[in-house]
Amino acid sequence: MRPVYIIDGSRTPFLKARSGPGPFTPVDLAVQCGRPLLLRQPFKPDAFDQVILGCVNVIADEMNPARVAALRLGMGERMPAFTVQINCGSGMQSIDTAYRYIQDGISDLVLAGGTEALSYAPLVFRRSGVEWFGRMFTAKTIWERIANIFTLRPSFFSPIIGLERGLTDPVVDLNMGQTAEVVAKLFNISREQADTYAVESHKRLANAQDKNWLADEVEPAFDRSGKVYTKDDGVRPDSSVEKLATLKPAFERPWGKVTPGNSSQITDGASWVILASDDAVKKHGLKPKAVIADSQWAALDPSIMGLGPVMSATEILKRRKLSLKDIELWELNEAFAAQVLGCLAAWEDEKFCREVLGLDAAAGKIDRARLNVDGGAISMGHPVGTSGNRIVLHLVNAMKRLGLKRGIATECIGGGQGGAMLIEMV
Amino acid sequence: MKSKIRGVLKDRELELGPNSAPTAGFNHWRYGKDEEGVGWLIADRKGSSANTLSEEVLLELDRMLDRIEKDPPKGLVVRSSKPSGFIAGADVSEFVGAKDESEIEHRISDAHEVIDRLEALPLTTVAVIHGFCLGGGLEVALACKRRIAIEGASFGFPEVMLGLHPGLGGTARTPHLINPVQAMTMMLTGKSLDARKAKATGLVDAVTEERHVKNAVRAAVSGDLKTAKPGILIPLLNSALARPFLASRMRSEARKSADPGHYPAPYALIDLWEKSGGSRAAMLDGEIKSFARLVVSETAQNLIRVFFLRDQLKKIAGEPQNIGHVHVIGAGAMGGDIAAWCAREGIVATLADMKAEPIGGAIKRASDLFKKILKRNIDQRDALDRLVPDLKSDGVSSADIVIEAVPEKIEIKHKVYAVIEPRMKEGAILATNTSSIPLEQLRDGLKKPERLVGLHFFNPVSRMMTVEVVSHDRADQAVLAMARSFVGQIDRLPVPVKSSPGFLVNRALTPYMIEAMVMIDEGVQKETIDKAAEKFGMPMGPIELADQVGLDICLDVADMLKKNLKREQPDAPQWLRDKVANKELGRKTGKGFYEWKNGKAEKSGTAPDPTPEMTDRLILPLLDVCVGALREGVVDNADVVDGAMIFGTGFAPFRGGPLHYAKARGIGNVVSTLQGLSEKYGKRFSPDPGWDQLKKRA
Repeated sequence: MRPVYIIDGSRTPFLKARSGPGPFTPVDLAVQCGRPLLLRQPFKPDAFDQVILGCVNVIADEMNPARVAALRLGMGERMPAFTVQINCGSGMQSIDTAYRYIQDGISDLVLAGGTEALSYAPLVFRRSGVEWFGRMFTAKTIWERIANIFTLRPSFFSPIIGLERGLTDPVVDLNMGQTAEVVAKLFNISREQADTYAVESHKRLANAQDKNWLADEVEPAFDRSGKVYTKDDGVRPDSSVEKLATLKPAFERPWGKVTPGNSSQITDGASWVILASDDAVKKHGLKPKAVIADSQWAALDPSIMGLGPVMSATEILKRRKLSLKDIELWELNEAFAAQVLGCLAAWEDEKFCREVLGLDAAAGKIDRARLNVDGGAISMGHPVGTSGNRIVLHLVNAMKRLGLKRGIATECIGGGQGGAMLIEMV
Repeated sequence: MKSKIRGVLKDRELELGPNSAPTAGFNHWRYGKDEEGVGWLIADRKGSSANTLSEEVLLELDRMLDRIEKDPPKGLVVRSSKPSGFIAGADVSEFVGAKDESEIEHRISDAHEVIDRLEALPLTTVAVIHGFCLGGGLEVALACKRRIAIEGASFGFPEVMLGLHPGLGGTARTPHLINPVQAMTMMLTGKSLDARKAKATGLVDAVTEERHVKNAVRAAVSGDLKTAKPGILIPLLNSALARPFLASRMRSEARKSADPGHYPAPYALIDLWEKSGGSRAAMLDGEIKSFARLVVSETAQNLIRVFFLRDQLKKIAGEPQNIGHVHVIGAGAMGGDIAAWCAREGIVATLADMKAEPIGGAIKRASDLFKKILKRNIDQRDALDRLVPDLKSDGVSSADIVIEAVPEKIEIKHKVYAVIEPRMKEGAILATNTSSIPLEQLRDGLKKPERLVGLHFFNPVSRMMTVEVVSHDRADQAVLAMARSFVGQIDRLPVPVKSSPGFLVNRALTPYMIEAMVMIDEGVQKETIDKAAEKFGMPMGPIELADQVGLDICLDVADMLKKNLKREQPDAPQWLRDKVANKELGRKTGKGFYEWKNGKAEKSGTAPDPTPEMTDRLILPLLDVCVGALREGVVDNADVVDGAMIFGTGFAPFRGGPLHYAKARGIGNVVSTLQGLSEKYGKRFSPDPGWDQLKKRA
């Protein structure tokens, strides 16, 4: 099977969703970081074989955002492009699909990304309201219309917050934060531990920004009012355990452990990665940074979806006959602090490892200094369709900076799945 | 977005009925009947990319009407096969040098007969209009019984820009088809209406896409097309009671932008309509006479000359070279706007700067500009997508043209060149927007000095048509050709100049502005000074101009010219330096000479009137510099000088340009006036030695 190389990548700064739609739509974000990425390549934008883009919250004006982005990026009318959605895994699914296309020899050069503008998540009309509008539009006579007006009730228009429904699992009827509470219970994660982890995420990101370690990865974004966004803006460098301790639980009051402070933020952002075959590397004179050595998707009970990384990454370890220690750097998406800690605890849990993962013994401990070294979704936000892409991109950049060779990027996925990629530097 | 597949199928897009073969005996029109018996009369002027109504074209139309009358079709479609549009108007070249009023009357009369004959055809005539439908073209369309517009078409009467008014029946037909106030506004302003507006006013009956033309024609011919019925107001507004009142309103509106002494055409039209607007026959007759009177006038002849000067400058651009990517270094006022304009014209423009904030500022200005000039949201978005912030200067290696617009310090420019030159691709050119540093100095240190050229833009880029294309003695001809072609591609007018202080425009405007400051020192009020220039026909007086450009820039240019040119020039006054030091820079800081509010200078209304000598003191040095520039070979020929000054500074267009005005006034007169001023006020008025040569050429 042909090797698949990671050539380059870039992302926008991650922007916290505040009140109302942000300055960039999902495709705007993809264009903002796509333009400088394509500009610095030694080949023209139409040299790609296809574009794959992860996006969960597609807006009506941008159906199949992959194709809209490809056209707006000047990749030409002949560029096939499609959008993928596997909830939080979408940004990694695009990479994985590109990986398989290239491996199979179908494509040689693919642009794979993720984008999300959660600030555009719609207010949704209740079903009763939608049906009322439907009757108005299909009414054939003015009398039918008048009769319909009399069926109007104010409750038709009390909106449903789309985001709320989007983040609730329809099979087990728990929202994502609630699944983190379940994992926290099963693996005995305390509120203090979660808060401490969250503070560390902020400190690490703040440090990385200070040291300018994200310069090769984050491309400034420019909106129409002339405002320039250069940094992930959700970070709180002065975060502390004391401050976080004052927050109330977000999802299960009054005794829950998961708070807004130790959860990932609602955020807008996009990310792209360029993948190439050997032939493409030769043809365009490219300098690969890394190779995708393996990937794995796993599924599990939606009520404990936070353990997705454990389910998926372990398969890779088993297949490659590697231990936790053999992985020099980890990016494990910080959906919730309790969820990350739950994964670490699961790997140290003998019963879980034997009976669920099929291992001989507990897998072991992951060195915190090798995990999410520059912060994560808690401090920078989790644009749902993007994070899977960002953690692969950042894993490569961080391994380069630290001179490391082998890493895993992995994430949990709402609905009860997990994705993992084994990346090796070249 | 270039559509390649549709490019292959391009020939199918225009619905031209049965005609692909030319009609024997005709060069400019084709005619044939389709399978339903409808005749298709296609305008396709030989040897031209646009249809214009020359005498020959009208004669052929007359012969076509012979055929059509003899064997009448079920209905008649009148349209053009030129991709650019319907008909762009009369052939203006046929009016150049017109002197004999009655001869013109005859010619116009003959033309009227052809149009009247078209109108009188006893069958349903349907004009199908795409693209430009202007002047005489619109008058042909108005002679048809139905008009169908294609999306994107534009309709207008630009004759007033040439010092004329419509002359093929437009003044009679339009005010009776649509609201006469709207009709007169079209003819008095020369502004175009888009297809939707044209339908709303009643000028056209339907707007559709090219792909539906066959069905639309069928509906028109069978009577199924709802026509725009003239409203009941129209006869009222055209009545003898209403016309005088409306005419006086129109006159006061016209006075706001056109001095009747300088531009007689609008007033001639208003007079014509006031007198004869109630009677079609009287209007048509009066139109012929009024048009002939205008065409032989100096204003019209000069404005027609300006029309051809514009064409001349356009042609300097040469063959299109399809430049796809421009890299601009420096996101200041000029750099940012150059990049924005390129993006608007379909070119990817990467914009580099050392900091992100200036780029952000450029994007905001671009966004505001696009909102104003691009109607559709999609077009604004696409233009902004093409304006690419490039903090790392990655665009250098793929750009066809690199434009340097960094601060006017030679060390800074040299540093920039040293970094980017090695990264430029083969065949790319390096252009500098410098206004004051000689290219001979800038090219020092370049490995390939032959690919350095000057591209001097004016502020604001979106409104100032001229771009000086500056050559030096080691510039490569292909490089200069690419630079000129680029200027044409972005819809600006290239003015080739040789590297020399101030090139042409700044060099000519400086004595204009400096003399104004000398007059201020003499105690003349600034409003009076400006009036002296406005009386001549300048769009803006020198004081207001200085405020617009920026007193800091004026001062820099003045100092540089005084240092580098051999010409006598008064020192810039100390109080000007003080103003600049105090940041009273003019419009951009809210105060300069004038106080500026909402983009307008606050002028006192009580200033005394200027004397003719004041006007001469301002204008003649400007002419003198033009002569000097021509003599030194900075510009190749007098026409280019005139064109550059008209389109770059708004120099009174109805005067035909500075050198043309000098010739019309009499070079002897100009020279002796200059000598008189020189004796009275100083050596700066001494006539340039080049006047003699100009006299010989005249």
